[in-house]
Amino acid sequence: MKAEGYNRRRQDLGGWPIEIETYKLGDVYYCTINNVDPGARFARAEGPTREHAEAMALEKAERYLAQTRRFTVT
Amino acid sequence: MADVLVTTDWVAQHSKDANVRIVEVDVDTTAYDQGHVPGAAGWNWTTELCDTLVRDIIPIKKLEDLLGRSGIDNKTTIVLYGDNNNWFAAWAFWQLKMYGHADVRIMDGGRKKWVAESRELSTEKSSFAPKTYKASGPDTSLRAFLPEVQQASAARKAALVDVRSPAEFTGEILAPPGLPETCQRGGHIPGAKSIPWGKNCNDDGTFKSLDELKKLYADQGIKGDGPVIAYCRIGERSSITWFVLKHLLGFENVKNYDGSWTEWGNLVGAPVEKP
Repeated sequence: MKAEGYNRRRQDLGGWPIEIETYKLGDVYYCTINNVDPGARFARAEGPTREHAEAMALEKAERYLAQTRRFTVT
Repeated sequence: MADVLVTTDWVAQHSKDANVRIVEVDVDTTAYDQGHVPGAAGWNWTTELCDTLVRDIIPIKKLEDLLGRSGIDNKTTIVLYGDNNNWFAAWAFWQLKMYGHADVRIMDGGRKKWVAESRELSTEKSSFAPKTYKASGPDTSLRAFLPEVQQASAARKAALVDVRSPAEFTGEILAPPGLPETCQRGGHIPGAKSIPWGKNCNDDGTFKSLDELKKLYADQGIKGDGPVIAYCRIGERSSITWFVLKHLLGFENVKNYDGSWTEWGNLVGAPVEKP
């Protein structure tokens, strides 16, 4: 098998820049979400369509990002 | 290209060679099951590349068992790759070098490049005829422990390189966005320089040219003429920087402080610098 329709793009989610990576392998779409800095994969999902996989992964990512605290640095 | 790096083309051509074993090591331990280089072994860093009782690197006997059941002997060429631009592939590389494996390499660009190039993927778990492996070491000259780091910080005896993101370095955040916080205090080890690991890589996941890498570190006063200690949060991102300094740039005295910020940032009374 080969990955089809590989796509990587950036967007903002809850004030954090993220990178969304999606591809299809066999009949399944895989989506992973990385933070842009430092570039760690922190959410993923799979589904029967690109939209489904991305929506699920983004929902998880938003939930995890909401738990990240920002501290004031002086 | 340094001989510790191979291209995705090289892997496509040599993955089935009898003396070559491709191994995937990911941050996301489910990634291997989502499709991997055909014939590759998959190692789980949370259970297979560490001591699961004590916080430590993999014990020697456990390493010998892991390599043996992966069909690897002392003469095998091991090619590591993984997600997040090879974070844990570099972590595995560092440990294999500590235990004396001669021929270890990293697939430049890692999993991201392999998938982006639409190369062949398999979802079948690979199986191997077991072999016998005999490790040596561990060579602790590649690893920094807390007392040495404390001394290096206090006396400015070694260049401390903090490879985390700038926001982690300043203490604005305690962990990479979206990941659990694993420390009590934010900031960095006094005297450390911020050189994020990502500056080593191009957008496609490959390493930058040797000239670019040399300049990146030289601009921060790191030229290979003194000891260097790299650290991050748990030691995997700093394995990337350790790999670059030690094996791509050929600096002699480079150590990975795998205790990293999860040790220092939780230590009672440890000095912390901000921002």
